Amino acid sequence: MHIRAAAGLWFRGVRRHLGNDQRQQQNTSSKMADTDKKSARDREEIIAISHLNKWFGDFHVLKDINMTVAKGEKVVVCGPSGSGKSTLIRCINRLETHQEGKIFVNGIELTNDVKRIDQVRREVGMLFQNFNLFPHMTVLENLTVSPVWIRKMPLAQARELAFQYLERVKIPDLAHKYPNQCSGGQQQRIAIARCLCMNPKVMLFDEPTSALDPEMIKEVLDVMTDLAKSGMTMICVTHEMGFARTVADRVVFMDGGEIVEENDPENFFTNPQYDRTVTFLSQVIAH
Amino acid sequence: MAKQWKPAPSRPSPETWTGIVGWLRINLFSSPANTLLTILGAGLLLAIIPPMVRWGVFDAVWLGDSRAVCDSSAAAGNGGACWVFVKVRLDMFLYGFYPEPERWRIDLMFTVLGFSLIPLLAPDFFRTGRSQALVGGCGVAVVFLLFGALPAVFMIGYTFAPFLFERVSLWHTPQQIQAGKRSAAATGAIGVFAVVAAVYWSVRLAGVETAALPVSLSAGVLSLCLLFFGRLGLLVWRWIFLFCVFSVFAFFMLVGGILGLPEVETHYWGGLFLTLVVAGTGMGTALPVSILLALGRRSELPVVKTLCVSFIEFVRGVPLVSVLFMASVMFPLFLPENVTFDKLLRALIGVAFFYAAYMAEVIRGGLQAIPKGQYEAAKALGWTYWKMMGLIIMPQTLRLVIPGLANNFLSLLKDTTLVAVIGLLDLLGIAKAAMADSEWLGFTKEAYVFAGVVFWIFCFGISRYSVRLEKKYHTNYQ
Ligand SMILES: Nc1ncnc2c1ncn2[C@@H]1O[C@H](COP(=O)(O)OP(=O)(O)OP(=O)(O)O)[C@@H](O)[C@H]1O
Ligand SMILES: [Mg+2]
Repeated sequence: MHIRAAAGLWFRGVRRHLGNDQRQQQNTSSKMADTDKKSARDREEIIAISHLNKWFGDFHVLKDINMTVAKGEKVVVCGPSGSGKSTLIRCINRLETHQEGKIFVNGIELTNDVKRIDQVRREVGMLFQNFNLFPHMTVLENLTVSPVWIRKMPLAQARELAFQYLERVKIPDLAHKYPNQCSGGQQQRIAIARCLCMNPKVMLFDEPTSALDPEMIKEVLDVMTDLAKSGMTMICVTHEMGFARTVADRVVFMDGGEIVEENDPENFFTNPQYDRTVTFLSQVIAH
Repeated sequence: MAKQWKPAPSRPSPETWTGIVGWLRINLFSSPANTLLTILGAGLLLAIIPPMVRWGVFDAVWLGDSRAVCDSSAAAGNGGACWVFVKVRLDMFLYGFYPEPERWRIDLMFTVLGFSLIPLLAPDFFRTGRSQALVGGCGVAVVFLLFGALPAVFMIGYTFAPFLFERVSLWHTPQQIQAGKRSAAATGAIGVFAVVAAVYWSVRLAGVETAALPVSLSAGVLSLCLLFFGRLGLLVWRWIFLFCVFSVFAFFMLVGGILGLPEVETHYWGGLFLTLVVAGTGMGTALPVSILLALGRRSELPVVKTLCVSFIEFVRGVPLVSVLFMASVMFPLFLPENVTFDKLLRALIGVAFFYAAYMAEVIRGGLQAIPKGQYEAAKALGWTYWKMMGLIIMPQTLRLVIPGLANNFLSLLKDTTLVAVIGLLDLLGIAKAAMADSEWLGFTKEAYVFAGVVFWIFCFGISRYSVRLEKKYHTNYQ
């Protein structure tokens, strides 16, 4: 793995990124100072991203992203399609490699070092739009296989844990079904349970409800709200503005690979700072 | 107030044509053209099958033990097959020129193989330890009755050791893992080395020097599996035993040269037994190698990738016959003079790697059908490359490519006949040799039909088995 990653980097070559527009620099530097002060006092940062830049080939997807997430904080990331939301949160558990900037997760910096990537993935769970359950295993096996093989947990204990989390997402009776025999909403809840079985400190959600029918969206959002109440740190890319309003501590709005603005939900929805945010909100809410 | 909505009750579907007559009408006589085809087909079958059955069964000569019986029957105007020929030669067909007093070794090898394959090939019936123990017990009893005490002792160890291994786990607590991977790996390496050395010296001291290296290596592999995989299922251990322990056992059983068993050189080997040895080792080696090749071909490491691609493309570009020729004629030229390398072994390697290249491409096709999300989900859960491939990606891939793999297994089995070109007599080769026997001239048909039927039985078995696997996995998740 290590060699693979290193080889990838070698061939891609190291790119130098030059120049940033004025607004952004002022914006970020003031924000950095702000968060620095805060973190010293009452925030226990679990994720810190600074000056993150990423390219796909020649395409600059993420432009100088600065962001911190405190323990127990719920952050909703929103923005138009193609703005780099998925790419950003996929960088946090190294499903994508970044070329510039630093990402710290729970104090560990993400580099090409496999050991660190491993440690970070230990702390970070991720949910996907299309669930990505393992189709050749029963639901119970889906939940137990990772604790048993990655954490070397005894099978009996892993089963117990699995049932505990299935209970929590309210589908204990599906344990012996195969994922394809479950509805989309159930599959997403199974995926949440699978993630929880690895006992993550942070959970990333990449549009967890956008492949679902309206009736199923609610059951997944309920589970996520429940999770939020239990104090889990969550970063959630979603278009569910209702969820953002009720659950999020902070809303981050991205466009064109930049963070345009971030604010607490109250201010974000009632008092957006940029015209881009206003247009986006009017579109999302009108629809 | 809104009205209450009630779902409409379901009705049974309207009557359709049912029963045998209905089936016939739908399938055989649905239109004039279809009726004509049915009649033509029935006529063709009537024209072909009865004469074949008459030749092969009713008019055939089954009893007797010399050519005279068949000749007199033919003189009486009876045009049937002479199965006496096959009956008299049966031992040759089965064992080739393997010396007669040593043939029990082949029987023992296949008996042990049979009993160890039963739970592996029908895992649904032998899920529980108890049922596996039952099969194992039967195996031990059969081996004891047919072959005596010493083989039975081996059989006991071979069938019941997996139960022991399943219970042993070197990773009991998460704390042990926390204790540091590096030190664990170091102790593990020392442990494995100690096991290998201990087994090596004890086997040597026991006076079986030739067996020391293979036996200690297989002990090493077993302890490596124990170390790295923590807790494995019973059936997984049985597979590991099949590959590590049974292969060593089978090798020494067939070749001999230890424990007072006379050595039987491979040019005495032949017949169905040789066919099965070539096919079995070919399949057993080609599948794992092909998985590695397929993974290598998709690797991001340029060196590995280039090596795999060039191997696959090279092998796919040459016919099997020439691979076998190269193995038997060219290969020795590259070896120093005093090093000899058994001809059969070279053929085995040739067949295995030839099919590995083909199967690698089949597997690569399957790998491409696995969605990217599966890799991402696994990685996000902390899976590392080999574990992810072994437990998440490969199981799905192999299920997808069952038909392609079965195809390759079938053609591998039939291509074992090509070892004839380097002078090894497999079932077909022996059949040909038997026809040339001056005492039995003129029974070509019988020999070919017999060889054909035996091949067909094995191929049909593989084919049915693959269909069964496909159905099993299809119902699971489609
Ligand atoms: N592997 C890739 N190679 C090249 N370009 C990519 C790759 N992945 C994403 N992109 C591009 O990067 C941009 C950002 O993608 P990303 O998936 O992060 O957007 P997003 O904000 O999540 O959008 P959506 O709401 O549609 O999911 C898009 O323009 C996309 O085309
Ligand atoms: Mg996205």
